[in-house]
Amino acid sequence: MLRIPCPCCGPRDHDEFRYGGDASVPRPAPDDPDPEAWHAYVYRRQNPKGAHREYWQHVLGCRQWLVVERDTVSHRIGSVVMAREWQA
Amino acid sequence: MRNSAFNILRQGLTGNRGWPRTWRDRTPNRRYDVVIVGGGGHGLATAYYLARRHGLRNIAVLEKGHIGGGNVGRNTTVIRSNYLLPPNTQFYEHSMQLWEGLSQELNYNVMFSQRGQIVTAHSEDQLDSFAHRANVMRANGIEAEILDRAQLRRVLPYLDWSDRQRFPIWGAILQRRAGTARHDAVAWGYARAADRLGVDIIENCEVTGIRLEAGRVTGLDTTRGEIAADRVGLTVAGHTTQLCHMAGITDLPIESHVLQAFVTEPVKPLVHHVVAYGADHFYISQSDKGGLVFGGSLDGYNSFASRGNLGIVREVAEAAIALMPCIAPLRLLRHWGGIMDMTPDASPIISRTPVEGLYLNGGWCYGGFKATPASGVCFAHLLATGEDHPLAAGYRLDRFRTGHLIDEAGAGPFAWLQ
Repeated sequence: MLRIPCPCCGPRDHDEFRYGGDASVPRPAPDDPDPEAWHAYVYRRQNPKGAHREYWQHVLGCRQWLVVERDTVSHRIGSVVMAREWQA
Repeated sequence: MRNSAFNILRQGLTGNRGWPRTWRDRTPNRRYDVVIVGGGGHGLATAYYLARRHGLRNIAVLEKGHIGGGNVGRNTTVIRSNYLLPPNTQFYEHSMQLWEGLSQELNYNVMFSQRGQIVTAHSEDQLDSFAHRANVMRANGIEAEILDRAQLRRVLPYLDWSDRQRFPIWGAILQRRAGTARHDAVAWGYARAADRLGVDIIENCEVTGIRLEAGRVTGLDTTRGEIAADRVGLTVAGHTTQLCHMAGITDLPIESHVLQAFVTEPVKPLVHHVVAYGADHFYISQSDKGGLVFGGSLDGYNSFASRGNLGIVREVAEAAIALMPCIAPLRLLRHWGGIMDMTPDASPIISRTPVEGLYLNGGWCYGGFKATPASGVCFAHLLATGEDHPLAAGYRLDRFRTGHLIDEAGAGPFAWLQ
């Protein structure tokens, strides 16, 4: 079980959260006509073995979307910030 | 020495001291025509079919650990061909037909047991969708049966047939030719058969770098020295992206996730089929030793750790006793995790890559074991001829760009939801 230190609610078990995937991929502007940019956003992943920045939503808590830095081998959790304050 | 009744009898009478090594312990040569990275089921099968069907002889399989120590020894051994979408339907059926002759072909008993696979339906609509699936299968020459509630109850009397069920059982889809095989024997059998055809199987040899010249593969750096190669095939499951990073490919449509599997203490024969729960993610079979082998969902976040979290243990156990309350008293003997290379459409990749001479066989999500023979056939064809095998032409890497996805799971591009 992971423990995610939510900036609003403090450390909580990860089953209170919903996973949202890789946060490092920039989302194109809604009117971006370039299919290559959308292809990269939807499908292409670095899949790092080590530090990974990823979205989690605290669905059973404050319902905020967070960006969590987690190591994909040790599951150690580093920084946790509000997604709205995060720039990919 | 061939495995035969005569040799088993003769060895039995002489203390079983005369059996040779199943495959030779080789030191790597300096150069090979084809190097397969990853000595799991897919890599060994590829090497075997390269030698057997395409006549190549100068082949090596590099394995960073020992043969049988990766996902080929971690899976839950289910074999079936009940896929809905082309080319999966035909590809997995071809695999099934290869399984049916595999012990004879390899002269090694892979203990393929066609005990049948049953998926339960829990609403009228779900049973309708299963009828659709069965019709697609039949139209492709694959047998499938739909069982109603009464018929299923005669086959699986140990399920929860009470009124307490949150999702009562309406019926099921059954594929009688589906079943299980002994996963270690599949690795050992392919390794032995490939070794007899002259393939070098090199264990404890981890690839640490991929050598490129002018956008083309020239060889590999390994923990046992540099190895030159004209063509390199990757069959490394959960570490596909890490190997591709070494060749400068850093944006594959693959994420690594951990999937857990479980086995209970052994009991007398109870589960005579492979049974999958249609109302949740849970599947179960019984091993020849008597343990109930089962699994469920991914842990749900990117992971390279071959261990799972307890939340999934609880979820899978809840699904298990919702379907089969009778197994609630059993104790869990072991559980373990394996790293899956999950693609956005839940279908595999058998493809050339942007790097010339580098070929990729991966993205098997958590359905790779059943595909082992057909995956080997198709990947060997690609490595030997440079052309896609007709059965695997839909598994190219460029399908994500062109939009020709094979979205078998229907989950959208979210690996952790498949």
